[in-house]
Amino acid sequence: MTVMHGTSERRAGARRARVLMKGNEAIAEAAIQAGCDAYFGYPITPQAELLEWMARRMPELGRTFVQAESELAAINMALGAGATGARVMVSSSSPGISLMAEGMSYMAGSEIPVVLVNVMRGGPGLGSIQPSQSDYFQAVKGHGHGDYRTPVLAPASISEAVDLVAHAFELAERYRTPVFILADGTLGQAMEPVELRFRTPERRANDWALTGADGRPPRVVKSLDLLPENLERHNLALQAKFQEIARREVRWAGQQLEDAEFAIVAYGTAARVARTAVARGRSRGIKVGLFRPITLWPFPERELARLAARLRGILVVELSAGQMVEDVRLAVEGRCPVAFHGRMGGMIPTPDEVVEVLRSFQARVGRRARRKALLPLPAESKVEPPSGNGHGAVDRAGWAPVEPVEPSEPVLAGGHRRRLREVAR
Amino acid sequence: MSVATPPRAPASPRVIYQQPELLSETSTRYCPGCGHGIIHRLIAEVLGELGLGPRTIAVAPVGCAVFAYDYLLLDFVEAPHGRAPAVATGIRRVRPDNFVLMYQGDGDLAAIGTAEIVHAAARGERITGIFVNNGIYGMTGGQMAPTTLLGQRTTSSPTGREASLAGYPIRITEMLAQLPGTAYAARGTIIDPSSVGKTKAMIKRACQVQLEGTGFALVEILSNCPVGWGLTAQQSMDHIRAEVIPAYPLGVIIDRGKRAVAPTSGGEG
Repeated sequence: MTVMHGTSERRAGARRARVLMKGNEAIAEAAIQAGCDAYFGYPITPQAELLEWMARRMPELGRTFVQAESELAAINMALGAGATGARVMVSSSSPGISLMAEGMSYMAGSEIPVVLVNVMRGGPGLGSIQPSQSDYFQAVKGHGHGDYRTPVLAPASISEAVDLVAHAFELAERYRTPVFILADGTLGQAMEPVELRFRTPERRANDWALTGADGRPPRVVKSLDLLPENLERHNLALQAKFQEIARREVRWAGQQLEDAEFAIVAYGTAARVARTAVARGRSRGIKVGLFRPITLWPFPERELARLAARLRGILVVELSAGQMVEDVRLAVEGRCPVAFHGRMGGMIPTPDEVVEVLRSFQARVGRRARRKALLPLPAESKVEPPSGNGHGAVDRAGWAPVEPVEPSEPVLAGGHRRRLREVAR
Repeated sequence: MSVATPPRAPASPRVIYQQPELLSETSTRYCPGCGHGIIHRLIAEVLGELGLGPRTIAVAPVGCAVFAYDYLLLDFVEAPHGRAPAVATGIRRVRPDNFVLMYQGDGDLAAIGTAEIVHAAARGERITGIFVNNGIYGMTGGQMAPTTLLGQRTTSSPTGREASLAGYPIRITEMLAQLPGTAYAARGTIIDPSSVGKTKAMIKRACQVQLEGTGFALVEILSNCPVGWGLTAQQSMDHIRAEVIPAYPLGVIIDRGKRAVAPTSGGEG
């Protein structure tokens, strides 16, 4: 469980220290340090420690914690609290996130800020409690009903998750929108040394929030409008906001892309695997780099398109049957071939498995000349580091300085396909 | 000898009926004869008399009363269908000094939102709920509700509600009164001036319970749906008296506080 035995004094003093923390607990503490006023949740694996951390810490600080009777209730409690201008977080895992779709749509329509953490597990249905990235479509393409978008932040390490929690509150409040943090069972359950770069985003004046109509006209926070002209106008305003987010809030990180002929595109835990695969691929003579979206929506499509123009091929690696790969293909628009490798149901590809896939992809792509390698490389854009804490650690934002644990036996070429054949039998 | 002096007119006229300050002048979208307008007025009167208007954050339901925010001059948030008790809980917990009011219909509270109302009551949330029971889904065209009487015809029970197919009406206020978190639960109606007055007293008590901080308070109000029931306004009131009240007895069901509203005749409080 937790190794953060420190008292609150020690925690406060350790704002810059590195502490071994479990992902769920680090996310919870980051929210607390970011000034989260209220948390509503319901137990579900693999995010239960997040709820438990909040259950202990929030009352200590005189803040609101409610264990709701369901995820439906939890998200609607968040709706009520959020409508008063409070800084609110909700967390769950895949099946519970499905139940929250209704509330998220209402909050998007009513423009209520909230941060929702999804510690993804395998599906569909009850699925498993093991890590997965199979909720990409749900988070990125439309969680609830109606025309709306939700910023989706995908940490690839626990340290980065800490940064992104504060960033998520900023986005939620700046744009009056729900924001997703899309983690997975690995990030939730794993322990890593975490740089405690906590920060508290500034509060904004909420001239829309419900506080009681005392000395001012009543305010209404709602999504309903039965007049088509009005509702279209409201939708157009929402779409303008989403376009502004898409223009301004794209974040991504790269690794060894300068001379790359191939790129692996991956986020979250899959990017951790890909990072090692890039190093091993390089050692075996493949000029490969990593392109890691940090915002899944807005997707870094322009940046990826510019990169694709320089590449011989892109391999997308996900813990899913292939969801983000659709956005990669839309961004790449045929500038280079795009291949996909994914594992499902809680399985995680090994770096060697990815290198093997990369090798066969390289063979398929053939020896086409690198005719466009002189095109300029897009500039990275990551989440701003906390200001004034002495850590100019943007470059390491994504990565705790430990190698991911790897299996002792390398997976042989074709192992994935062989397993699929076995399953098919 | 002396001639009886005629009664002198009072120095200033005594106002016995006026527009409550918290009721907007917007015409409602409710059907002619609908009880929602009366109930809105009672809420506006009570909140005004208790001076709660500037402190109130209200939760509008999904259903005919979704437009409550157009008629009551209060801060309002619109809840998804059935979720008003959860939304009100969220407000309650982060705004301890505000007054939290929610308004729900019978489909909202007793069908899709059953879990939310039960658990808000079980937690003893300091919320005042107004529960309008007209035995039907009015806004969507008059379908059967969990509170629809046995034998009652609706658009989704066209031959009348049969227990073998659609189960029995739920007396959910009595169910909620079982919970220790429920400080006050009562059932009134609005079929005549006398019952309107008693219902107003219940609403007032339910608001005071929240101010006393003793727990969850709910007033169920038997109301009508002339259009959904296929009756005139007057017939619909007669129907409540003859058919609905026997199934849903009037009165204070529980009051764990110091003062209680006198139960009405025929009530079981």
